[in-house]
Amino acid sequence: MNPGQYNFAYLDEQTKRMIRRALLKAVAIPGYQVPFGSREMPLPYGWGTGGIQVTASIIGKDDVLKVIDQGADDTTNAISIRRFFARTAGVRTTERTSQATIIQTRHRVPETPLRGDQILVYQVPIPEPLRWLEPREAETRKMHALAEYGAMHVRLYEDITRYGRVVTAYDYPVRVEGRYLMRPSPIPKFDNPKLHMNPALQLFGAGREKRIYAVPPWTRVESLDFEDHPFRVESWEERCALCGSDKSFLDEVLTDDKGGRMFVCSDTDYCAARRAGSAR
Amino acid sequence: MYVAVKGGEQAIEAAHRLLAEARRGDPEVPEVSLEQITGQLSLAVDRVMAEGSLYDPELAALAIKQARGDLVEAAFLLRAYRTTLPRLALSCPIETDRMLCRRRVSAVFKDLPGGQLLGPTFDYTHRLLDFDLAGSDTPHPDPLPACGEREDAAMPRVLGLLDREGLVEAAGAGEQPAGDLTREPLAFPAPRGVRLQNLARGDEGFLLALGYSTQRGYGWTHPFAGELRMGEVEVEIEPAELGFSVAIGEITLSECEMVNQFRGSAAAPPQFTRGYGLVFGESERKAMAMALVDRALRAEELGEEKAAPAQDAEFVLYHSDNVEASGFVQHLKLPHYVDFQSELSVIRRLRREAAERTRREAAE
Repeated sequence: MNPGQYNFAYLDEQTKRMIRRALLKAVAIPGYQVPFGSREMPLPYGWGTGGIQVTASIIGKDDVLKVIDQGADDTTNAISIRRFFARTAGVRTTERTSQATIIQTRHRVPETPLRGDQILVYQVPIPEPLRWLEPREAETRKMHALAEYGAMHVRLYEDITRYGRVVTAYDYPVRVEGRYLMRPSPIPKFDNPKLHMNPALQLFGAGREKRIYAVPPWTRVESLDFEDHPFRVESWEERCALCGSDKSFLDEVLTDDKGGRMFVCSDTDYCAARRAGSAR
Repeated sequence: MYVAVKGGEQAIEAAHRLLAEARRGDPEVPEVSLEQITGQLSLAVDRVMAEGSLYDPELAALAIKQARGDLVEAAFLLRAYRTTLPRLALSCPIETDRMLCRRRVSAVFKDLPGGQLLGPTFDYTHRLLDFDLAGSDTPHPDPLPACGEREDAAMPRVLGLLDREGLVEAAGAGEQPAGDLTREPLAFPAPRGVRLQNLARGDEGFLLALGYSTQRGYGWTHPFAGELRMGEVEVEIEPAELGFSVAIGEITLSECEMVNQFRGSAAAPPQFTRGYGLVFGESERKAMAMALVDRALRAEELGEEKAAPAQDAEFVLYHSDNVEASGFVQHLKLPHYVDFQSELSVIRRLRREAAERTRREAAE
């Protein structure tokens, strides 16, 4: 791709404007899925095209971009997306959460608390929280319009009767500002509390499904639960084998074929900073 | 000792170099040219143009070469290029009535004005491998003697002939302006124009299977191939400052009009109905499958029972696009270890509890 052959951040300005209009509507109606004219990107659908379009529409020359996948900056698809923007927008990129103005993510929310001058862009595969309960879009839109979310509570209740607890481990449904049911994207439920009253703007882009939604700063985001079965996140008996953290989400790494394993932080920047002694 | 994985960037670079090598194949063998692809693999080019939704044989050939002959990947390359193109004008509706037909057949009348014209078809070839083609110096086939009257012969539409008697429903004017799902997301109920656009871009294999399913009873539509035509059509635009239309080029199209039985309903008398297929290039199989699916998708409008997959607009339209489908199916190979870790801890806990329960019950 030769610079100059494509517009800044790849998308043409009319398309960016269209996406920004959808973003404004999304911010105005927290948790509501806004249909938008998603474009075909030079990266495959399902690989972050929604997040990429959102980032492309909000990024400016002075922005500093961080891209993570599974919490790590060095996963192949994160590298590919970061390079895409370095190439098409020439913006500065970083691996440090605290230095980024825009963070595009897949499957994690950084451990380092975000600030009001940061934007978190989520890549979303399936935006519709009711999809496994009702495959038809025409129906689910109606259910949202009527805030008819009983079916989701019934599903969680069925988990409790069958397993004694809710067994949804990631992409755990949330209610935004007491109104719309929303999928937080496939982040582990460990990250759900971070969405609540976050000072940063959180934008969600689903390219293939052509939907955008948002959680504005300082918005209530509650994970669905019951009074007698309150929402709980995962915990580990282990600590991170590299930095010793007992507060971060840990990935399990197999070290041999004899059952050897260790646990390490999924957020590589958080882990590296702790090891460098500059705990942030 | 474990170290956090680094070096993804070099790995990607190396993978791309391996890809370039694999694409080139044996360097002793001459590189395939775009002219060879457009000239000798023209049906592959046509499929990529249709599913890539961009009429440009040369770019399609380039995409096929770049994609190592993977036609779905080639369609994706073409699509990604297509989105960057400015929209200069909307064309006038093309007139397939005025098509310069290289092929035209009807299965519902033995003979008809304009005649049956077989054209360059695989039909009636015996599918025996032709070992003469294995060499690279196949003698050029003798040209057919020129047939003078062909181009002048008027070819009225078969369905138009039926229409005169009122035996088939009117074609309808279509929605104005036509929708464009590459600009506006699908919404339901989707108008027929948008459905047809979706099908015309859709994966041939998917449409073929769906069309086939209607023939095997999953949404039977009693189809007859009223007319198939393939040939060249002029594309015209009408610049606002001119006030009249000018031809800007010519494209090859395959068109299929199915005639489907319809017993009538309380509101409508018995009448044949239509299923329509239109595809870039020589893509007769897809045009026919498309026409079957189009008709099946009209079940609701015609007051028919809607039970089969091919009759379900959301099912068909959301899953027909192979660029979307290919990306999403293959995204499963991206790392999912965070989600998998969450699942692991849930399933370990459930197994622990199940084991304890079994132990307790055994003890009692």
